[in-house]
Amino acid sequence: MFRTHYRIERKSVVLAVAIMLVASIGGLIEIAPLFTIDETVEADPDMRVYTPLELAGRNIYMREGCYACHSQMIRTLQDEVERYGPYSLAVESQYDHPMLWGSKRTGPDLARVGGKYSDHWHAAHLTDPRDVVPESIMPRYAFLRETLLRTAHLPDDLRALRRAGVPYTREMIAHAAADAGAQASPGDDTAGLIERYGEATQVRAFDGDEGKVTEMDALVAYLQILGKLSSAAQAPQPAHIARK
Amino acid sequence: MVSGLTVGERQRGAVILVVLAIIGLVMAAAGAERDDPIQTHGFVILLFSFGVLCLLLKDFDAPEPPADRLESYYDDPIKAGIVLSMTWAVFGMAIGDWVAWLLAFPDMTFDASWASFGRLRPVHTTGVIFGFGGNALIATSFHVMQRTSRARMPDQFSAWFVLIGYNLFCILAVSGYLIGITQSKEYAEPEWYADIWLVIVWVVYLLLYLRTLARRKEPHIYVANWYYLAFILVVAILHVVNNLAVPTSLAAAKSYSLFSGVQDAMTQWWYGHNAVAFFLTAGFLGMLYYYLPKRAERPIYSYRLSIVGFWGITFFYMWVGSHHLHYTALPDWVQTLGMTFSLMLLVPSWIAAGNALATLNGAWHRVRDDATLRFMMMAAVFYGLSTFEGSFMAIRPVNALSHYTDWTIAHVHAGVLGWDALVTFGAFYALVPWLWKRERMYSPALVEVHFWLAMAGVLIYVFAMWNSGIIQGLMWRTYNDSGTLTYSFLDSMIAMHPYYIARAIGGLLFLIGVLVGCYNIWMTIRRPAQRTAPAGDTPLPLPAAPLPANPQPAE
Repeated sequence: MFRTHYRIERKSVVLAVAIMLVASIGGLIEIAPLFTIDETVEADPDMRVYTPLELAGRNIYMREGCYACHSQMIRTLQDEVERYGPYSLAVESQYDHPMLWGSKRTGPDLARVGGKYSDHWHAAHLTDPRDVVPESIMPRYAFLRETLLRTAHLPDDLRALRRAGVPYTREMIAHAAADAGAQASPGDDTAGLIERYGEATQVRAFDGDEGKVTEMDALVAYLQILGKLSSAAQAPQPAHIARK
Repeated sequence: MVSGLTVGERQRGAVILVVLAIIGLVMAAAGAERDDPIQTHGFVILLFSFGVLCLLLKDFDAPEPPADRLESYYDDPIKAGIVLSMTWAVFGMAIGDWVAWLLAFPDMTFDASWASFGRLRPVHTTGVIFGFGGNALIATSFHVMQRTSRARMPDQFSAWFVLIGYNLFCILAVSGYLIGITQSKEYAEPEWYADIWLVIVWVVYLLLYLRTLARRKEPHIYVANWYYLAFILVVAILHVVNNLAVPTSLAAAKSYSLFSGVQDAMTQWWYGHNAVAFFLTAGFLGMLYYYLPKRAERPIYSYRLSIVGFWGITFFYMWVGSHHLHYTALPDWVQTLGMTFSLMLLVPSWIAAGNALATLNGAWHRVRDDATLRFMMMAAVFYGLSTFEGSFMAIRPVNALSHYTDWTIAHVHAGVLGWDALVTFGAFYALVPWLWKRERMYSPALVEVHFWLAMAGVLIYVFAMWNSGIIQGLMWRTYNDSGTLTYSFLDSMIAMHPYYIARAIGGLLFLIGVLVGCYNIWMTIRRPAQRTAPAGDTPLPLPAAPLPANPQPAE
């Protein structure tokens, strides 16, 4: 073995090729099957896609780096299930390009935060977290309330996601900009939006201001949908929650 | 610096900079048309190219370097790399310490979007890992590849292209986060166009490395080069696969990752952990395996252990990323593989660390007297401890407690501050007098001061985060007598406050140490030079005395 190496280390290209081969094995064996084994992601025919407004909110969530302090992945541990709700399933982030499971909980997990608090609470909390939770160490995001949401290019976003595998239809892409505005404007004509994204679509002035569609609208709409795209995890849980 | 380039190279540089400036202009125009943040990056590229072009044109007509330049190593880009690396260290660590204070006193954000923790945190990680670490790796690799090959790099242009191009990537990354351009993939946040630019830079880097090795006058490729090669090659693979994405438009910064959900999670942590493996470990092991034996004036303890350690690390590391996803929606079989290989990984890691420490046998009196060597010795110790901790944290039940808590932050900083930064400072303190042809550093006493500041800083930091992490993890899972959870999440957050302050103080000490180091390096550079190069520091085919750092293969 050392004699072979004694020869290999005299040839830079052989050494380089050997490094690439040896290093590739682990990734190939662990990643490639995740795309082919059907059980990796549970099937949920009722899984919904993000509406354009929720998608815009998700992009704001990423832009502000919320994932650095908030996870979106409830582990199969009893205390996590009791604290945050049913453990997360793979299908729930099926359309998340990229996923936002996170790696750190400086703040609590948000995988099932949708519906847990009112819109008003979220808007107040994002404006100044210490107004609602005096001990909070979260930054203030008051500027979201003032920033109008840019919707003009949302069709491009949906189109890119469709290329990556999210089942957005042609109609969804064509109406993306209008749908984003409509979802935060309950007074407007929302029939098309509901038809495209389903009866469960939440149509409200999320930031409490019907007059304009702000980034606050989008972010709150996103937070309120978290954990609600699929109901697969709410089914009776299999018994393998790890008990400590 | 420009006077070291041939006229042809100066022209090539000017052409590339003009092309780059035009690309920047197009990006700015297209982005402005769409009112997309990519326009800011267009201006950044334009300004950057213009600035470098000014430097180039200032001395464009300087006389060509003499033909006898080929008889000495080409060290200008190494010097620039060291200065850049230390600059990024101050920047990245200052931001890191600032965000550490933010976690204790959250209202210091001036209500500005760019100043919130979420946007500054990747500025810190990118500034330290890629700015400080990356420049240190590039600079030392240029030095090691020439010295261990006894060959000058084949041209002057490539090294500058790699160094300047890489720093453009770092600037695009860091400025992007501040204005909200991010892929949100941890440690791979830069958007698609910056990623493509890095691929170009990286290919030139690899070719430069292989071309220099091809010119070598030593028959064997020294072990430090294996590690640097693994660093360059594997980081390329990781970078390309993890960053596959669909841009929303060629005139927009935003892209969507090609992978989603569980596959994306596995890909990201396959990347994330192997950025640790091949950026923060393999590259720095290359550094350790050259500068530690050189400074100790001892050959590497064992040739065979070097081989086993190297291939073990190269093979095992690529399997362990899934230990970041224990108890998640990732299938159990991948989690189990990740845990198993993480445990096995301890063997080659400790072989690599032990081989370095055993090299010091017979030179321990030097470790006592020479803070530079002590930096590298302590780096090897921290490397051994961090890899042990890493394998331990990869065990599933341990991970159940440690994951999502500050324990992870303790582990990362024991690795990056204790291992990567210490070995870099040791290497720089050895390298600066050699490169600038000084007898020694300006002040050995300040090296000593830096050593103890660094040591105090990293220990305070790590102990604070161990405490807060374990307390956090335990509070989250504590049940009371009636069988319900005892603590709210908020309770655990309030309990962290004193540790967050302690951590920020530890980080501050470490940062002050770096500033002391910068001053010392600066004063060393300013001192008058010796006339002649240190003996043996030329690429000429001198009498075949092997470098002290070159272990004679045991065969």
